[in-house]
Amino acid sequence: MPAVLEIEGLRKTYKNRRRGTRNALDGFDMRVDAGQVHGFLGPNGSGKTTTLRTLLGLIRPDGGRMVLLGQEVPHALPAVAGQVGAIVESPQFFPHFTARDTLSLLAGAGEVPANRVDEVLELVGLRDRAGERVKTYSLGMKQRLAVASALLKKPKLLILDEPANGLDPGGIREMRTLMRNLAESGMTVLLSSHILGEIQLICDSVTIISLGRRVAFGPVDEVLAQHSSGAVRIRLEAVSDLPVATEVLTQAGVRVTGHPDHLMVAGVDKPATVTRLLAERDLYVSELAPIAVDLESVFLELTATAPVPGQHRQVDESMKVGGTGQSGAAGGGWGA
Amino acid sequence: MSLYRTELRRLTKRRFTRYMTLLGLLVLAAVVVGVFFTNQKIDAGQLAQAERQADQQYQEQVRWSERDRAECEKAKTAGTPSDGRYPDDCSVITAPSRDQIEAEWFLPSTFNFRETFDETLIPFAAILALVGFVVGASFVGAEWSTGGMMNLLLWRPRRLTVLLTKLAALLTGMLAVTLPAAVLWFAGFWAVATFRGSTEKVTSGVWQSAMLTGVRGVVLVLVLTTLGFALASLGRHTAMALGGVVAVMVVGQFGLGILLSMASVKFAEAWLLPTYILAWMTKTVTLQNWDSCNATYYGECKPETMDITWQQSSVLLSVAVVAILGAALWAMRRRDVS
Ligand SMILES: Nc1ncnc2c1ncn2[C@@H]1O[C@H](COP(=O)(O)OP(=O)(O)OP(=O)(O)O)[C@@H](O)[C@H]1O
Ligand SMILES: [Mg+2]
Repeated sequence: MPAVLEIEGLRKTYKNRRRGTRNALDGFDMRVDAGQVHGFLGPNGSGKTTTLRTLLGLIRPDGGRMVLLGQEVPHALPAVAGQVGAIVESPQFFPHFTARDTLSLLAGAGEVPANRVDEVLELVGLRDRAGERVKTYSLGMKQRLAVASALLKKPKLLILDEPANGLDPGGIREMRTLMRNLAESGMTVLLSSHILGEIQLICDSVTIISLGRRVAFGPVDEVLAQHSSGAVRIRLEAVSDLPVATEVLTQAGVRVTGHPDHLMVAGVDKPATVTRLLAERDLYVSELAPIAVDLESVFLELTATAPVPGQHRQVDESMKVGGTGQSGAAGGGWGA
Repeated sequence: MSLYRTELRRLTKRRFTRYMTLLGLLVLAAVVVGVFFTNQKIDAGQLAQAERQADQQYQEQVRWSERDRAECEKAKTAGTPSDGRYPDDCSVITAPSRDQIEAEWFLPSTFNFRETFDETLIPFAAILALVGFVVGASFVGAEWSTGGMMNLLLWRPRRLTVLLTKLAALLTGMLAVTLPAAVLWFAGFWAVATFRGSTEKVTSGVWQSAMLTGVRGVVLVLVLTTLGFALASLGRHTAMALGGVVAVMVVGQFGLGILLSMASVKFAEAWLLPTYILAWMTKTVTLQNWDSCNATYYGECKPETMDITWQQSSVLLSVAVVAILGAALWAMRRRDVS
């Protein structure tokens, strides 16, 4: 599959006269294939928005290479801008214009036929409120307007930075369907979000970023599989047999943790071996369930941002790859 | 082209633009109406009466000066010290000549198109320039501060093109208001002159001069509009442009004025911006330095003078436009948008 978006070694350093420099992006790589819904995940301040802004020519990178739809950007941005629809971090609109005026002005600037405005308003569910001033909109309505503005050009690549921000449950589900439909129609969608359940449901592949570097990427199930612990939960028909079973499995070299009504075993490649071992000793398994890992736990593990009781994790305290494991505040902090 | 048309549409959709323009035009209309009602047409009777009054005043002046001279002479022969009340030579006390007392002084004010129209173009240009400045600043400033500019750049990544197109649309809009307003202004004062004054001796030369002043007024409007636009784009906020100008005008100019006069600098006004704007409109402003003349009681005193010409003003305005717009364009190219 051809890549719609490729980023290699992207760097962005924010300089501040008083607090020194901050490497928001520190050699970041990314690849998004055509026709996919790609999730872009990372803790707060990890560089997602910075990546998207750089990609869209709003900020100037300090190094690295970016290719959008087969063309080097920012150099060829004017040529590809018409095929990339984007919202970057809850976009603001001029508050005194109506939604329809706002979109029609964008359509005018981008040479999009005027009837497209009503199409997208319908699509995001703002048809009946389109004549009202944006100032009077709720957060979710503004977000819908933003999505509408990104869809206006019928883009080949749709970039959405936290589009679900402020949407109601119905809206989130609609957004999910919309994105699937768009992907089926051949559009590529790049989606940054913190709602991992959502990402897991709609994304084909993901990139996870932490402190400006990529920590994981690939199809969702592969990322999950790579980081699943291979844990299996076992229940026996008779609870009283659990101690015996523990003994048997331990002798066979399996790591077992006992619980009052079940056992957890880790590091088994094939759950069938467990069944066989136990059956040989007349212990019958009533449940053998591989513990599914979800994206959330993988994310927390990969970015090292799982909450620790009694501690308040600060932003920038997350996984630093190519460095010394978990970094302190100094890693991505000012003064580097 | 589509961007240009869209920006024109955006400009006219803005309520601020509409209200400010309307306000400016209302003030202009009020000026015309005010001048209309404070002037009168002069008929032959009034003219004759004014002549008589001027005659009377002349006679009075003659009587007074003769009395003064007599007293002066009396004091001199008596040898009483005059304490500076009288000059050494009593013969310098003379009455003004008859033609120095003009009948016009005794007439109600009347609007003479030939003499006064040029001057009216100064408030015309000043008011529209002010409107242009705030509208220009708000047009781009609000775009920056509300994130509209960022949205637009996602559609049109060529930043300089975007900024210059916006400016072009803004200037077009300002011209579209200023030119018809200027025509109405001419027409309005022609009407005032017709009904409340005179349109005598308005030769083609007078028209030409008025036209040229009008053109300079329009240029002034466009220059100030551009400056407001560029400052707001540089500061990325309307308030920055307006605040900056208020700061410069009030603190800078006012403070500078006080400072210069305390230091008794010659021709202090030459350091103040309004002088140059005035010179631009009136072609020359003559500054006078009264300190250079020791005033005598009756003797004539010609102060030292200095001319500020419209050419000097044009240099100043060009430099301001090039520097500020240049900086705005440079910042547009270089700075991150976030
Ligand atoms: N204009 C700026 N000046 C200085 N530092 C900035 C600027 N913009 C972003 N940063 C820093 O760059 C880092 C990355 O920010 P970014 O907005 O890309 O994070 P993010 O991944 O989008 O986070 P979130 O999930 O909270 O949206 C942060 O540490 C942030 O403080
Ligand atoms: Mg962000």
